Amino acid sequence: MRLASTLFAGLAFALSSMAAQAEVRFGIMNESYPPFFAKDAAGKWQGWEIDMMDAVCEQMKEKCSIVELSWDGLIPALQSKKFDVIWSSMSNTAERSKIIDFTDKYYNTPSTLIGPKDQKTGATADDVKGKTIGIQVSTIQSEYYKKYFAKVADEKTYQTLDEAFQDLAAGRIDYVFGDSLALDAFLKSDSGKDCCAKMGDVADDKEVLGAGVSGGLRKEDTELKAKLNAAIAAVRASGKYDEITKKYFSFDIYGAK
Amino acid sequence: MTFSWISAYWPLLLAGAVQTLSLLAISVIFGFVIAIGLAFAQVSGGPILRSLARGYCTFFRGTPLLIQLWLLYYGVGSLLPMIPGIRQSLFWPILREGFFFAAVSFTLNYAAYEAEVLRGALLAVPKGELEAGRAFGMRPFTLTRRIWLPRAIRIALPTIGGEIVMQLKATPLAFTVTVMDLYAVATKVRQDTLLVYEPLVVVTVFYLIITAIIARSFRFLEAQVPVRR
Amino acid sequence: MATSSQGILDLLSPYPPGWGGVLLTGAASTVAISAGAFLIGLLLGTGGALGKLSGIRPLRLLLELYTTTVRAVPELILIVGLYYAGMDGLNRLLAALNLPAFELNGFAVAVAVLGFVQGAYMTEVLRGAILAIPVGQIEAAKAFGMGARLRFHRIILPTLLPNALPGLANLWMSVTKDSALVAVVGYQELALATRLAGASTKHYFIFFLASALIYLALTLVSNAIFNLVERRVRRGQPKLA
Repeated sequence: MRLASTLFAGLAFALSSMAAQAEVRFGIMNESYPPFFAKDAAGKWQGWEIDMMDAVCEQMKEKCSIVELSWDGLIPALQSKKFDVIWSSMSNTAERSKIIDFTDKYYNTPSTLIGPKDQKTGATADDVKGKTIGIQVSTIQSEYYKKYFAKVADEKTYQTLDEAFQDLAAGRIDYVFGDSLALDAFLKSDSGKDCCAKMGDVADDKEVLGAGVSGGLRKEDTELKAKLNAAIAAVRASGKYDEITKKYFSFDIYGAK
Repeated sequence: MTFSWISAYWPLLLAGAVQTLSLLAISVIFGFVIAIGLAFAQVSGGPILRSLARGYCTFFRGTPLLIQLWLLYYGVGSLLPMIPGIRQSLFWPILREGFFFAAVSFTLNYAAYEAEVLRGALLAVPKGELEAGRAFGMRPFTLTRRIWLPRAIRIALPTIGGEIVMQLKATPLAFTVTVMDLYAVATKVRQDTLLVYEPLVVVTVFYLIITAIIARSFRFLEAQVPVRR
Repeated sequence: MATSSQGILDLLSPYPPGWGGVLLTGAASTVAISAGAFLIGLLLGTGGALGKLSGIRPLRLLLELYTTTVRAVPELILIVGLYYAGMDGLNRLLAALNLPAFELNGFAVAVAVLGFVQGAYMTEVLRGAILAIPVGQIEAAKAFGMGARLRFHRIILPTLLPNALPGLANLWMSVTKDSALVAVVGYQELALATRLAGASTKHYFIFFLASALIYLALTLVSNAIFNLVERRVRRGQPKLA
């Protein structure tokens, strides 16, 4: 009998995060993606995107919490209501918009190739001919690869950008293709400094690379979308956006309209 | 449930299946050879050999395969740039691919589990048969080659079949180190089509078919040399 | 590796900015998930074993399907599939019954999924252990007029335990190692914590090695505990060869 009641109490405890709380849950990829979000040694999330999330929540006057998930599980988990907003540097693309909805963008930066220091620079299809490019799975860069580079270069996919960096440093791949700021953070780090340099930004393609990084939402959450858009606009207008950006970057990352 | 994507992706699925089966075959064959060595080291080796073999088995059975795999691929990988001239050497095409590391890691892991099974089997061979062999004047190596090892393998056959199936189920982990095995293909399809379950279902069917083939083959093998009860 | 031993100790220290604390929290998570999954597996396994032996044909077929499927499909696929499908399916079921959907936190889902997988293996282990109980003892108990409940906790359970313990010990080992797989769905336990620490500091080799040693320690301690339990449970029984 005692066993049964302990089990019941345990079950009730486990189920206690019921949807009764009116807080907004933000889904983030659970691997570090500096400088946008990274976990420090004390287990706390920090980074530009985290600060942005806090500012937006303050505007909306809502309580916010973070749910961590693997990158390629973000969209399915959003659909099965594990959280409410994807806030993980995900770009608004036509493919993804078929399944989920997006808020207005909160930053937009080009996609870049980096490679070993002694490699020829350049980021066109001719430059990468015959080489191997490391790309994170399910990203706009892997879509871009399929459209422009697939016929001339090989691709190696990784669960996280960080594993791609490791292999670049180890010399197993010739390029890493990703967001310019995330790649920049690697080039500034100890291991990136010694091995690699920027090869160049790729030519833009709005359809594949998307209209900018936005929050991902379920299609039916129109009310939440309106609230988030209003909050993002307010944070931009009030100067808080620039304040946060100055902490991490020396230039504006919002991108041209 | 839509399965229309299969027509476009079946070459990739086939290639993935080949990768999975290659990993399985390599790890099972080489792992078995290493396991024989480890098992004999523990059964008839001196104290040093025995403790080395025990230590190897404890480490590889006591830590998750995922960690062993990452330790090998990323850990050793981070040491590679320190070896001068490695990129020009003829090993480089192998060392830059994840397949080599996955194969080595799976082999070492499989050897540890198989060694335990073989050790038990070696001890289970009826003493009378070994004594008869010695009475015939067989030298230790001939005795092992002709009687001890074959009898032990026959005793262990059902368990070995089970271990091979377990090894098949461990192969999907290779996708974490850029190997395009069957599971990695499923992930790619999920990414391209944004379908969540269908690719997993198809790939699961592949695994079930391969498991059934392995189980059938082992039952056939066991029937070749019946064990008198 | 260009780190001095002082540097290594700093990296591994339990206090920030050392990453030892994150690893230890991950280890605690691993133990918690494994324990939870083991218990759920035991419950499912006991029910499954008794169900398979009960002689009710549809129940037995259902359980056969459960154990065969779970044991034939790779764990990684099971975990990924159940992680997304489990909650989705459950919520759809609740929606169909017009009940409000509810959320399970990450821990509960990881435990439930691993426990479901373990249940299949446990069913086989416990079934084998129950079948190994000498029939004469059960007949004698029935002759004494013991009811099913009394029989279970006086005769079956004590005789079952020594037979089942080696199998249960193996399953405990495998659940602690399978818990590393939930790193792939993003629940933070030791394997994922190790990746994070390695990614932040770029000292992958050290952290993976440290993590392997923690798992090894967990294994050795578990082995010792199981050996003690087995000795206690086997007291009074004739020693094995």
